[in-house]
Amino acid sequence: MNIPKELRYTSSHEWARLEDDGTITFGITEHAQDALGELVYVEMPAVGDEFTSGDECGVVESTKAASDIYAPFDGEIVEINEALEDNPALMNESPYEEGWFARVKPAVDASEVLESMMSAEAYEESLHG
Amino acid sequence: MQMYDEGFMSDQEVELKHVPLEEVHIEAGGKMVPFAGFLMPVQYTGIKQEHLAVRHKAGLFDVSHMGEVEVRGKDALKVVDYLVTNDVFQLKDGQALYTVMCHPNGGVVDDLLVYRLGEEHILLCINAANREKDVAYILKSAPSDADVTITDTSDEWAQLALQGPEAKRILAKITSLDLDSIAYFHAKFGDVAGVQDVLVSHTGYTGEDGFELYIPVGGSRQIFEAIVEAGGDDLLLCGLGCRDTLRLEAKLHLYGQDLSDDINPLEAGLTWTVKLNTGRDFIGKEALLKIKEEGVSKRLRGLIVEGKGIIRQGYEVYAEDQETLIGEVVSGSFSYMLETSVGLSYIKAEYLGEENVLVKVRSKFLPAKVTKKAFYKNT
Repeated sequence: MNIPKELRYTSSHEWARLEDDGTITFGITEHAQDALGELVYVEMPAVGDEFTSGDECGVVESTKAASDIYAPFDGEIVEINEALEDNPALMNESPYEEGWFARVKPAVDASEVLESMMSAEAYEESLHG
Repeated sequence: MQMYDEGFMSDQEVELKHVPLEEVHIEAGGKMVPFAGFLMPVQYTGIKQEHLAVRHKAGLFDVSHMGEVEVRGKDALKVVDYLVTNDVFQLKDGQALYTVMCHPNGGVVDDLLVYRLGEEHILLCINAANREKDVAYILKSAPSDADVTITDTSDEWAQLALQGPEAKRILAKITSLDLDSIAYFHAKFGDVAGVQDVLVSHTGYTGEDGFELYIPVGGSRQIFEAIVEAGGDDLLLCGLGCRDTLRLEAKLHLYGQDLSDDINPLEAGLTWTVKLNTGRDFIGKEALLKIKEEGVSKRLRGLIVEGKGIIRQGYEVYAEDQETLIGEVVSGSFSYMLETSVGLSYIKAEYLGEENVLVKVRSKFLPAKVTKKAFYKNT
């Protein structure tokens, strides 16, 4: 299972990456897309939407199931991955790159946000727990 | 991320039964889930690839969880004809019939296939989840003075389904039976991959051409491996995931969703399986005659979503005014052939004329077209 070392994670299978401008991009992990199966629909938030950590901010659906995506931290959506609207399977094919979900301006300093999330090692361990 | 709708993957905590090929599925990379009390493969390579393989080439399913009941004796035909709504007396030896079995009030006990193997030998293929219920119902309902022996032989049969446009060509490589001589909804006993006495049935649950093989239980591995080899690149192993998306596209009913003890066949669009005018007597006939005369209160319709979003079991269906609740989705998923979501819903009788409806998906209304036809069919 691919769990890139440079990313941070949540126990609910979202990943996060710090961008140069201080925003954070996030998506769902390879483990999450594998458990869901081939995605056929993604419901996106709108740019400008504000979320508190743990809020439902989107839905991903496979033929088997619909699953909520939770905001991994407090912040405002500054960009969504519009490519997912036509090709939700990008989340399966490239969960950490082309299949990213949204970019967020965090409510507090980004490094603080990422510090509070799990490391790749801790996330991997949580999968086996 | 949180799963909140596991659909058919969820099952109650029960002691699991095991199909003979369970180890083979695990070795082949099958993702195993509990279904109808069995541990079954839900997918191997992916639901989409498997779905499209069946539509364009061929797929192999293990359906050994299905139940079999055999009725033997002088009154076999008479007893089965009394149990089901369709006319069993019209069958010739080696012919199969789709039918439902009803309660006296017309509610569906199960939908099933009836095979006339001989004048005094009938094979019933029933749903796995209904096995105990059906067997009890059949034993209770068969007239006590009838000359028949009724046996649950589910554990003696394994069952494989080879489906898709290439199915016949693949199967022909490993059997001496002339498959062209087995008409649709007919079956013959023969050898397959060296296994004797396999019932080769020209039937399926996918909307594609194909065969279902009833295999004496010890022979299933030999046949499974021979089909995989004969199929080569034209064949994919298929799980229950695509079995569900395929049957939904073909608008084939799934008991427990589209059919239940509280739904009658006239509502379910299965009037063609209810032979009321032949002088036959069968369980539920009186109730069904009355329902036919008075008209049904709801009827099963197909929904094709316009736009993006997936409709699922339990979602409410509204008229275009967004206020009048007219039905509920009983089966819903994504159609890989139509590339949009499709589903089935019982629609209240007074709204059966509606061509456009709205399905409530979470907080939004998703527009859908109503159809009486199958979403996709190639048979």
